[in-house]
Amino acid sequence: MLSTLWQWITDPNLQWILMGSLLLGLGSGVIGSFTYLRKQSLLGDALAHAALPGICIAFMLSGVKSVGLFMLGAILAGMAATFGISAITRYTRIKQDAALGIVLSVFFGIGIVLLTQIQHSGNGNQSGLDKYLFGQAASMMLADVYLMGAVSVLLIAICALLFKELKLVSFDPGFARGMGLQVAFLEQLLLMMTVVAVVVGIQAVGVVLVAALLITPAVAARYWTDALGVMVVLAGVFGALSGVTGTLISSTLSNLPTGPVTVLAATALFFVSAVFAPNRGWLAKWIRRWRSRNEIQQPMELAMIKQAGNTVERGAE
Amino acid sequence: MADFWIILTGTLVAATCGILGCFLVLRKMAMVGDAISHSVLPGIAIAFLVSSSRDSLLMLIGAAVLGLITVFLIQALQQSGLQSDASIGIVFTALFAVGVILISRNASHIDLDLDCVLFGEIAYVQWDTWIWNGYDMGPVAVWMLGGTLLIVLAAILLFYKQFKLCAFDPALAAAIGIPVALFHYLLMGLVSLSTVASFESVGAILVVGMLIIPASAAYLLTDRLSVMIGYSVLIGAISAAGGYYAAKWLDASIAGSMVTVAGGLFLLAFLFSPKHGLIARFGRKQRKRDELYSAAA
Repeated sequence: MLSTLWQWITDPNLQWILMGSLLLGLGSGVIGSFTYLRKQSLLGDALAHAALPGICIAFMLSGVKSVGLFMLGAILAGMAATFGISAITRYTRIKQDAALGIVLSVFFGIGIVLLTQIQHSGNGNQSGLDKYLFGQAASMMLADVYLMGAVSVLLIAICALLFKELKLVSFDPGFARGMGLQVAFLEQLLLMMTVVAVVVGIQAVGVVLVAALLITPAVAARYWTDALGVMVVLAGVFGALSGVTGTLISSTLSNLPTGPVTVLAATALFFVSAVFAPNRGWLAKWIRRWRSRNEIQQPMELAMIKQAGNTVERGAE
Repeated sequence: MADFWIILTGTLVAATCGILGCFLVLRKMAMVGDAISHSVLPGIAIAFLVSSSRDSLLMLIGAAVLGLITVFLIQALQQSGLQSDASIGIVFTALFAVGVILISRNASHIDLDLDCVLFGEIAYVQWDTWIWNGYDMGPVAVWMLGGTLLIVLAAILLFYKQFKLCAFDPALAAAIGIPVALFHYLLMGLVSLSTVASFESVGAILVVGMLIIPASAAYLLTDRLSVMIGYSVLIGAISAAGGYYAAKWLDASIAGSMVTVAGGLFLLAFLFSPKHGLIARFGRKQRKRDELYSAAA
């Protein structure tokens, strides 16, 4: 087991893929922190499902499997989806959650129709398009890894450069507007970056589960700290760790798509954080509660004993 | 005959989900429905592994249990101070991932296709028939879905008032002594039941679509709950029939087409609903402005 693992790690091909999934996890963890703070966690899920028709249309129009074109199609579809969600919530009395659900299932339904149509049309080139549903990092080409890495680095760089502005917009948009920041532009930028992070993640994690890469590492990081800077870095590290773990495990065992393993790795990190994190973790909370109960109870018990003693003494008099 | 069975199956899914979807949309829990429809997967996979057959009853139980676990976990995470949408996202992706791993690792033992999990194979419904005493009683899926629809109908009709009050004003419901938590879990149990009954034939994505889309469209058309449920079922049934013929014409996935048609119907309601539609809204605004101008002049 260990020797095969070592073999895999030293394999240059896999090194590239590992690098790709590391950068990917890093990027989506960083972006996820902001979406979590803006209470838009499930938006990533809707965007990921919405990307499917975009990918299919890009394939139908071009006839080739090119990650760059797929990304373009998915980004356009994601923009259409965000437009649809905001139109439904703004112009009707339907709430955000139902609007998300409608857009998600309609876009995915259209995507499935297109996907099956491509499959039935007998285009020999189409095989592997359904890999996008559950993700298969091992099927990535070197060029894909380059592209994914470049996009992830770009995302992280934008977040680092605009950190102060994004922080302000995430916590207090009203104040940010008062400070003279371009809030609408920054919000659109953040949305755009979410779309890009989701689309990049689809290749490795798949349409259905890529949302977890945005949500879970960010929530796990939130348990450890109250400072946004630390949280963003931690979320990135957690995301990168789960990406690498997922890729390693799924490529050593057969019959295992990458996406689910990556998600479970992230969930395990979340669980550890939720239980063991100092201060905000469940264990720490429980100990605190236990201690404070003791602190209240012990003096009270002492007082009662004293009182009891007093009465006994008085009785002896 | 094949047409008939497929459309009937689709309509039964639409009716079951349409009824429950109204309550989900009203309680702002549409995404919980989405989560349940994904997270019943490990329950189904475990039932497969234990019984090594497509024993429908075991699958129903496994999935219903998982559905309730999902709701419980989401609630627990929320109470520990997490945002509701983040807790939904964490729980359903983790459970769905477990399900996918179980299925793909045991692919040789489980004749359950991963694609099938997502968008089902409603076209095969007619081949899997129920033989009783030597008589061919029709497709198993129709019986299962019909039974589920009856259970859902019975529960909703029996406790219509309670469900209604819980949907619109849970605080008032609690104040007059209705066990709100019990009805919450009952509703969620019904959702997971109908999810798993529909799962084999139509897949997760059609269940989500049929839960949310027709109910939302109906929500735009009326202000009365009973009428809303009626519209929701009707819209679902039209999508099922329309989607089937669209899929035949396009040579594509039937479940996907049904959801797409439902989306089209929602768009119509969104634009043309007499009271809440986009056009009526702008018309009203225009008229108000005109009145204002003429009054000023």
